[in-house]
Amino acid sequence: MGKRSVIPFGPQHPVLPEPIHLDLVVEDEKIVEAIPSIGFVHRGLESLIDKRDFNQLTYVVERTCGICSFQHGMGYCECVEHIFDVEVPRRARFLRTIWAELSRMHSHLLWAGLLADAFGYENLFYQCWRIREKVLDLHELTAGGRVIFSVNKVGGVIKDIDEDKLKVILDTIKDIEKELKVISKTFFKDYSVQSRLKGVGILTPEQINALGAVGPMARASGVSNDMRSLGYAAYDEIDFEPVVSNDCDCYARCYVRIMEIFQSIDIIRQAIDKIPKEDELAAVIKGNPNGEYFMRLEQPRGEAFYYVKANGKPNLQRMRVRTPTFANVPALCEMLKNTEVADVGILVVTIDPCISCTER
Amino acid sequence: MANITRSPWLLHYDGSSCNGCDIEVLACLTPVYDAERFGIINTGDPMQADIFLITGGVNEQNMPVVKQLYEQMPEPKVVVAVGVCACTGGVFKDCYNIIGGADVAIPVDIYVPGCAARPQAIIDGIVKAVALFQERAQKSEKEVDKVG
Repeated sequence: MGKRSVIPFGPQHPVLPEPIHLDLVVEDEKIVEAIPSIGFVHRGLESLIDKRDFNQLTYVVERTCGICSFQHGMGYCECVEHIFDVEVPRRARFLRTIWAELSRMHSHLLWAGLLADAFGYENLFYQCWRIREKVLDLHELTAGGRVIFSVNKVGGVIKDIDEDKLKVILDTIKDIEKELKVISKTFFKDYSVQSRLKGVGILTPEQINALGAVGPMARASGVSNDMRSLGYAAYDEIDFEPVVSNDCDCYARCYVRIMEIFQSIDIIRQAIDKIPKEDELAAVIKGNPNGEYFMRLEQPRGEAFYYVKANGKPNLQRMRVRTPTFANVPALCEMLKNTEVADVGILVVTIDPCISCTER
Repeated sequence: MANITRSPWLLHYDGSSCNGCDIEVLACLTPVYDAERFGIINTGDPMQADIFLITGGVNEQNMPVVKQLYEQMPEPKVVVAVGVCACTGGVFKDCYNIIGGADVAIPVDIYVPGCAARPQAIIDGIVKAVALFQERAQKSEKEVDKVG
């Protein structure tokens, strides 16, 4: 039995652009325990309900996280819409679905790049980010912004995507699909990638359920929970099956996320196929919200909760977000036990941490 | 950029930004925008860094981290604040946990506005930082000559 010592990981660490701090208790090269400490990115975003009214808050909520920005805005808007009990125009719901899936594609490609970077495959990292730029170009074309595109508003969406732009989206995702097939071959077949990912960080379905892990983490361990099947936005009219793998390791998480990019491409195609022609893009909102609502939605990183409580005043009474990374951190700490120090970078990246969501 | 004497290395730290600027900073370094053509390499080690890129505002918890990273960097050094949060606090200015922009903790030389800052704007900021860095390096060389 070796001597125990503590290795600090973060808050500034080359593997992640974000600050998370872990105290790794190691014995020789094995990790005995990982103690996370957070608070480096805490801003107190939920407290802004006192200073901004419910319409302005949409733009604040979108800045909870720059990567799943659109989906945060969508979750908040759907909550307030349910409090108002208004029907969102069908076209707006389909547009939300298209944007949500585009942002999922960009998030997963970003993650795939970071994973490649974590195991030292620089070329693959650059390839992933090169493809990701095409998705960002679509964001810019349709919404005007590259990462934060404020197109949501309470009641619907602000901008329409016209026929020409829908065609551009279809053409581009066809290109992306072709290039992604080449890259996914490297991720799935390359022996050096497999040697870093296979059998690393195993989480059984029982552990997933006990620790409450969500999203691709849970699906990679055979727990099929995908909040899109609840049918918010236009997902109730779209045909899809959650991607599930039973391998339970880092390789399975990589597989699930990459297959989800293909799934997103498929969902966008279905949505563009079914999108109705309507002029109306947003329902009319009168007065102030009164009541409370709670909703769950599937973000790229997993399931997020949104809770909104209002009492008939312009300012909300309470707004609460629970983000997927928060649910996945206990699973990460469990996963880190009995692993090598060299695998820590990969294991941290494999939960796709989004610290600024978590700490808000 | 022809007279650059050496390649400045870049250190990136996420203060309390929403990630939007962070991924744009990373996007700058990847093939489409390719800030590496100016000789810039992204490093994780403050002791080897010349340009400090900070995104997001400063709060109580990360203030010592930002100061420590800045102090660990060797002279001369240039600080670039990327995004409106690092410039002033931005949309989170009224939050209880935000003290202000990056300049409340360390001296900032170049401000890159935008929410999220576009890669073109970030590259513009980096290019300006390289010029400023060179100026400072030459100045400190002259001072060394005088003493010698």
